[in-house]
Order: sequence, then C-alpha cells, then structure tokens
Amino acid sequence: MGAKTNAILNILAAVLLGLFIWWAEENLDGYMIQILNLIAVNIILALSLNLIYGFTGLFSLGHAGFMAIGAYVCSILILAPEQKEMLFILEPAYDWVQSAQAPFFVAVVAGGLAAALFGVLVGIPLLRLGDDYLGMATLGFAEIVRIFAINLPRVTNGALGFKGIPDHANLWWNFGWCLFTLYVIIRLIRSNSGNVFKAIRDDETAAKAMGIDVFRQKLLSFALGAFFAGVGGALLGSLVATIDPKMFTFVLTFNVLMIVVTGGLGSITGSVLAGIAITVLLEWLRFVENPVYFGDWELPGIPGMRMVVFSLALIFMILFRREGFMGKREFSWSWAVGRFFKKAGRHGI
Amino acid sequence: MASDAVLETKGLTMRFGGLTAVKNFSAAIPRGSIVGLIGPNGAGKTTCFNMITGFYKPSEGQVLFNGADITGAPPHRVCRSGIARTFQNIRLFGNETVLENAMIGCHLRQKTGWWQAVLCLPSNRREERAIAERSRELLKVVGLQELAGEKANSLPYGAQRRLEIARALATRPAFLLLDEPAAGMNPNETQELMGFIREIRRSFDLTVLLIEHDMKVVMGICEHIWVLDYGEMIAAGPPEAIQSDPKVIKAYLGEEALAHA
Repeated sequence: MGAKTNAILNILAAVLLGLFIWWAEENLDGYMIQILNLIAVNIILALSLNLIYGFTGLFSLGHAGFMAIGAYVCSILILAPEQKEMLFILEPAYDWVQSAQAPFFVAVVAGGLAAALFGVLVGIPLLRLGDDYLGMATLGFAEIVRIFAINLPRVTNGALGFKGIPDHANLWWNFGWCLFTLYVIIRLIRSNSGNVFKAIRDDETAAKAMGIDVFRQKLLSFALGAFFAGVGGALLGSLVATIDPKMFTFVLTFNVLMIVVTGGLGSITGSVLAGIAITVLLEWLRFVENPVYFGDWELPGIPGMRMVVFSLALIFMILFRREGFMGKREFSWSWAVGRFFKKAGRHGI
Repeated sequence: MASDAVLETKGLTMRFGGLTAVKNFSAAIPRGSIVGLIGPNGAGKTTCFNMITGFYKPSEGQVLFNGADITGAPPHRVCRSGIARTFQNIRLFGNETVLENAMIGCHLRQKTGWWQAVLCLPSNRREERAIAERSRELLKVVGLQELAGEKANSLPYGAQRRLEIARALATRPAFLLLDEPAAGMNPNETQELMGFIREIRRSFDLTVLLIEHDMKVVMGICEHIWVLDYGEMIAAGPPEAIQSDPKVIKAYLGEEALAHA
C-alpha cells in the first residue's frame, strides 16, 4: 500500500474521530464524556512510558513525578489570580506564583517542558544506572517530587493542593494532544532515531560498538517521555479540576505501567488499545463493588473489589501472555484492509 | 613500517585487581593488512580488542589510530574515528529486522536527527532513504539481501555472523576488528569467509585485525600474526615463522610436544 493511500486513510481516521467527538459532545452525558477524556489522557501517558520503557528499555517508575510537575505548572498558569488568593490559605503564594498566567495551550506546553527539564536533570545522574536500580531511583524521584509538593506551600499550597482548576481540558484538547503524541511517537519510532532507541533496548554494548552515544540517546528518550508525561499530567489536572500531592503516588505510575504492559512493551497500537480497554474496564468494573442480590439475600458490596479483579487479570496476563496483547506488533492499514477483504471474501461478497 | 601503521599500541597493559590480563602489548598494524591475533583461551586476546575499541580503559599504555591518541576514549567515539568491531558471542539487535540492524550502523554518520524526522523534513526523508538504500547494498555484499525483512534473531548462525560484519561496515570503518568470525562455521562456510574477508578488505579499503582459533583461517589469510600467551606477546611475524616458532608450539601444545617434535 502506497504512502499516499496511508496518509489519506490516516487523515480520514482523524476526521472520523473529529466527527465522533462532535457527536459525543452533543449526545453523551457527562459521565461518558469524562470516560472518553480519561481514555485520551491515559493513552498519552501510556505512550510516553512506552517510549521510555518499551522502546528504549529504561525501566522507569517516575511517571507520577513527571505528571505532578506538569499538573502543578499548568494549574498555576491557568488558575485566575483571584482564585489563587482564595486557595492559598496556609501561606500566601510567592509573587511569581500569584502573578503567573498563560492561556491553556501555553500552560500545557509549559507543564510538559518543565517535566522534560526535570527529566534531563534527574536523567543525567540516574541514567547511568542499570535496569532495576534505575527503577528504584526513579521511584525515589517521584516520591521526592510529591514530598516537595507537600512542603512547598507557597508554590503548591501544600497538602491542600488546588481546587477549582478551570476545566479547559475538553474532548477537543485531550484528543488533540492525544493525536499529537501519537503522531510524534510514531514518526520518531519509524525513523532511524527510533531504530537507535530499540538498538539500545536490545543490546546496549552492541549499540556502543555501533558508535551510538548511548547515554545521550537514553537522555533524549527519557526527556521526550517526561515531556508527554508532563502534558498528560497537565491535562489530567484540568480534567479532574482538583490536584493534591496524594493524587501523585505510586498507584498512578502503576496504572500507566499496567496499560503499557498489558498492551505490549514496544507496541504503540498496544498502548492505544489497552489505554481504551483499561480505562473503560476500570469504570465498568465498578458493578462488582455494588451489592449483589440473590432473591431476598443481599451480598454487600466490597469497595476496592475492582482492583482485586484487575490484579487477578494482570496476574493471568503475565502468566499466559507475558508480551502483552500486541507483543511488539503494530496496526497498519494494509493489514486492516487485508483482513477486511479476507473476511468479506469468506462471506461471498 | 611504523609511519604507515593504521593502529599502533604502545605498552598496553590491563590489570583487573591483582590479575594482569594483558601486559605491555606493543604492536603496529600496517595499513591495508590482515593481521591475526592468536593464543590459547584466556590469553587476553579479547581484552586487547576491548582496550582498542574503548570498552576497557587500559591501566597503562597508549592506543594510536592514524597517529591520533584514542586511549580511553568511550566506545562510540572510537567507532566514530573509524574503528568497527564484531563480538565473539554474536550481539545483534535481535528484535529488529536485518535491514534495521544495518541502518542502525549507519546512524553515527547521519546528519539529520530525531526532530527533523518528527517534522517530516525533506532533508531527513532523503537521508533516511539513502541510508536504507546503502544498507540494502551492504546486505547484498554479505549475501543477506533476501532476508532484509526477517528478524535478526531468527537468522541461522552463519548469517548472523555475516550480518554483524555488514553492520560494522555500515559505520564506514577504516579498521575492522573481527572477534572469532569463523567460530561455529563448517569448513565450507569457513572457506567462503576467508574469500569474503579478502574481498571486503579490497572493496572497502580496510585494515583487518582478527582473533581466530581456526588455524586454517589464520594461516590462510593473515599476513602478520601476533601470538599472546598469559597476556604477553610471545611471538610476532609472518605465518610461516609462527608455525615453526618453538615458543608458540609450547604455548599451544605444552613442553612435551616440543620434545617430540
């Protein structure tokens, strides 16, 4: 299939998504729209972690830290000065925090850039570490960010966090950023620079022997991943309208990691599909927490039950399909068209 | 000879704690030659390779490449200066295709980077197309053009070795180090390999240093041979001289063999 056909099909898919969003905004209720929004944000986060872990092989558990940085920076920039005066009740905000203002788009970019900057700063010492040690150190980084958020009340309003963050992050923004992330990461991974990331994942020693400055490439991948994690955090902050340090614990990183691993480390398609599936399931599975009635007899609902179901699902996934449901495979139009015609042929069309 | 040496080592020494793996290794490799580095297991051959290619920082001594001091430079910089290597235990990028493996070798001479790729700039597209084209040609040289789309770790053993050489050639080296290129090959493949090494030396204008245990290969294609034993160079010279050198026979076969000879 030619490059032109592919481009046309891609644009067509984007237009269809646009039409769907347009339809969804008019016809779906707030709850459904919120789920759609979460899908977009989760895909952004999963793609960013997949770039770092799945494609470059850097076992990083610092995602919550980058998201927190993005969310706080963005929130400070979009909260109105009057709101900030009301919010900072523990201690007044610094003047630069009080007066910082930017339109939503700029604020999200700033959140991403701030996260990327921290990515570089922590990457310089940490990326020299191997697998598990890198995981531990980045986990430590995320915790440090959270502790700072609690203890810098004049910037972050301490443990109270921010409330009433303007809800600019609608479907258009979220899916717009989601498509942008998808585009950047696909372009990157398909280029020779992407090959270099995968080379580092496969065999670092051989990569060095091929003249690749492994440390620099790792730093690049880490910073790019951090950027999109920051963007995801920024959108999430605006989406849920409330952020506080408790939100950015390891559980948040774990959720993203779960999406990436379920979808397949090193598969963009996998991250997208798992992003959709897991976001939907996390909501849909709430029914297992409701009370169940057997005639007159009532089985009381157990809060947190869905996480048990999820953990079980994850255990089975790791036992029986360790490479995730896509492995390293990717969706392509030629594959889809091939499938479609094969099926159509079987039905005698 | 020293003035036309591609690579010169001066008193290279590598110590690991109390163990001296290589001691006072001094040698010069004439431009355009094929040189063999032989010796019993554990003699320090691969350690020499690792010192030359920057994977180990020598405890003492110097490595001069084309007259420039590259002692202790990191591997990627050594490679950039024109030295490429293969590994004793094949190290391919296993999840990537054969073509991608060769393309990764081209990356260090690539001018356009990631952001040009993301922005879809024509300069990047042109360059990446040229890289793919060149990689295909290199695959043709090693006879893997038919397998360009296969995953590297699905290739048979001999093909993996050839791919490793193609990948090394992709970095545009002037000096190629081959670590046991004939290991695990049958006599036919070995014969082909010898012709192949001569061929790439000519067409890529290379100087080759190889570690090899198969004496047929070493004696067949090397113009100079260095023999290491317990980290020390015990003999150096053309193949005929090495074959009859009593010190070499002793190192390989032991004292008694010499008495019987």
